[in-house]
Amino acid sequence: MERTITYAEAMREAADICLGRDASVFLMGLGVSDPKGIFGTTLGLQQKYGEQRVFDIPCSENAITGVAVGAALRGMRPVLTHQRLDFALLSMEQIVNQAAKWFYMFGGQTPVPLMIRMVLGRGWGQGAQHSQSLQAWFAHVPGLKVVMPATPLDAKGLFIAGVEDDNPVIYLDHRWLHSVSGIVPDGHYSVPIGKARVAREGDDFTVVAVSYAVLEALRASEWLAAEGVSCEVIDLRTVSPLDMGTVLSSVKKTGRLAVMDTGCKSFGIGAEIVARIAEINPALLRAPVLRLASPDVPAPASPALAAEYYPRAAHLASSIMQCLGRSPDPEWFKSELPLDIPDPKFKGPF
Amino acid sequence: MNRDANTEKNVATALYRQLLYLRRVEEAIADRYAGQKMRCPVHLSIGQEAVAVGVCSRLRKDDHVMSGHRSHAHYLAKGGSLQAMLSEIHGKADGCCGGKGGSMHLVDIGAGFLGAVPIVASTLPIATGAALASQMKGEDRVTVVFFGEGATEEGVFHESLHFASLKKLPIVFVCENNLYSVYSPMYVRQPSNRDIAGLGAAHGVESFSADGNDVCAVSELAGAAVEKARVSGGPLFLEFKTYRWREHCGPNYDNDIGYRPEEEFLAWKERCPLKKMETRLRESGLWDGAWAELLENELSAEIEKAFAHAEAAPVPAPDKLFGPLFAE
Ligand SMILES: Cc1ncc(C[n+]2csc(CCOP(=O)(O)OP(=O)(O)O)c2C)c(N)n1
Ligand SMILES: [Mg+2]
Repeated sequence: MERTITYAEAMREAADICLGRDASVFLMGLGVSDPKGIFGTTLGLQQKYGEQRVFDIPCSENAITGVAVGAALRGMRPVLTHQRLDFALLSMEQIVNQAAKWFYMFGGQTPVPLMIRMVLGRGWGQGAQHSQSLQAWFAHVPGLKVVMPATPLDAKGLFIAGVEDDNPVIYLDHRWLHSVSGIVPDGHYSVPIGKARVAREGDDFTVVAVSYAVLEALRASEWLAAEGVSCEVIDLRTVSPLDMGTVLSSVKKTGRLAVMDTGCKSFGIGAEIVARIAEINPALLRAPVLRLASPDVPAPASPALAAEYYPRAAHLASSIMQCLGRSPDPEWFKSELPLDIPDPKFKGPF
Repeated sequence: MNRDANTEKNVATALYRQLLYLRRVEEAIADRYAGQKMRCPVHLSIGQEAVAVGVCSRLRKDDHVMSGHRSHAHYLAKGGSLQAMLSEIHGKADGCCGGKGGSMHLVDIGAGFLGAVPIVASTLPIATGAALASQMKGEDRVTVVFFGEGATEEGVFHESLHFASLKKLPIVFVCENNLYSVYSPMYVRQPSNRDIAGLGAAHGVESFSADGNDVCAVSELAGAAVEKARVSGGPLFLEFKTYRWREHCGPNYDNDIGYRPEEEFLAWKERCPLKKMETRLRESGLWDGAWAELLENELSAEIEKAFAHAEAAPVPAPDKLFGPLFAE
């Protein structure tokens, strides 16, 4: 029987399964045991597994990350949660200098099986310091794996894969995905880290997207299909290591590429994908590439300004039409929903 | 001799032996450094050996130690392989990190030395996490982390003590206060009306200070602290005042460049931990000149052999550059 649950429920279920299967797994982070349970993703876990294995932490992001590294060195499997990626920036020292390098730097003796989960914020006036999508930072650091699931199925499967991996994994879940529903198998399964997914097949244009951008890309593909333009949407799922095989076979077929990211444009994930294609065979591309990303400014708070900060399906569909020498449909930009909330149910405050 | 006296003699001579071992190894590194075969920074602990020796003398082999940039002494005192350390400093394949680490990244898991890294204070939280793992696993193991007084100026020092105190972790924080952070003296870095042990106490951590050049004093204080951490939980914080003789990084003396007075150095040199222990052995009638000479010869041969090996050992194969990056 197929079962539909939300992305947040899928994450909670994954954590539950990991804690249940392996006594060395423990879960810590600000608010993991509070009544809100990190947008519902950790609810009930402390009641089920006890305060030793699921616990709230002091506001000491850097030390707690070091604590996770130290525990991992001793064979534990810590999962550390940050309610916003922006808060984890206080722990970049431990993530970049220590977690990422430990295994290599000491000659491959001690693995660091650690997963750090960070929520990507967006909208509702969260502004410059609660909305950053810095996946490119982490992907730039050798020794880290970076996953960004877009569907509930992958949210669960990559969570389990991340916890079971013997290396530091950065798991980025987008706040706007938490309430999205999808089919999720029961029980234990994992989705391999480093494998992209063809989310929709098509022949005219390849769209590579991550996380929430995948939903925008699928929406745009629907509109474009009605115009007779067939898009292939690739959901990267893992940002590092990058699955270029899947991207390349699609670009070989379509000859046209758009990349859509949740972060800022410069030096982003899109830049890396385009650079790799240029290195391997620039002749694969029949048209200039399209990079859909936020402009290179901090996220503003006012909904009036933020409305144009995040590229949407309409931007993607319009750029693709223009690239093909056709005129976009202005109706695409008319959304029934305010642009600063993920869905009609969302009423704030964060 | 009766049994107690015998034990006392053994303990005292073992401490002296360790002090001498550390001193001679680092002097040998300093002497040969100009040969440019050791192509990495070296932070020597000459003058500060009593802290490493005194603390590690009270640890079990399965207890854990971590350290920072100035870690040779801690690694060796915990029983880390001299051979693997010298090969590492020489960038050789059989170094303790296979040539990936150099002098600032020592590790010997078998000896209970979990690792050292040269980001100031960075191993404090990691050692805290190792102690958390011990607590979670129900082990009776103690973790010790060594660091300089400069580390107490980092935010993560406070975060680590805070967390260790909150969770009552079996860890002993050991601060070697040698009065300098590179060239910077205490008065440009720390308020004069606040002592370092007070920082531990402010986090609810039982804290003590002692003379870091007196190996017996160190050993006594560390013994009590380790015991306490093991039996009734920790954490504990120990500050040992001591002094580095050579330059911050490198083999030379640098009292001539003007950041600290020569007289200060000479006064501390008078309090040499090795001399202090020799005097103590003489005063208690335990000194044996022939034994000391034998010990010098034995250590010199051991060190000579380890250097010869390190110099001759093969370098890592070129493909080792690429990994292993990830554990499979
Ligand atoms: C985070 C960080 N800041 C600065 C440095 C440069 N640095 C290396 S050693 C050192 C001195 C630290 O002094 P202390 O902790 O007292 O140790 P000591 O060298 O005296 O043993 C400094 C500032 C560093 N390695 N890491
Ligand atoms: Mg110092």
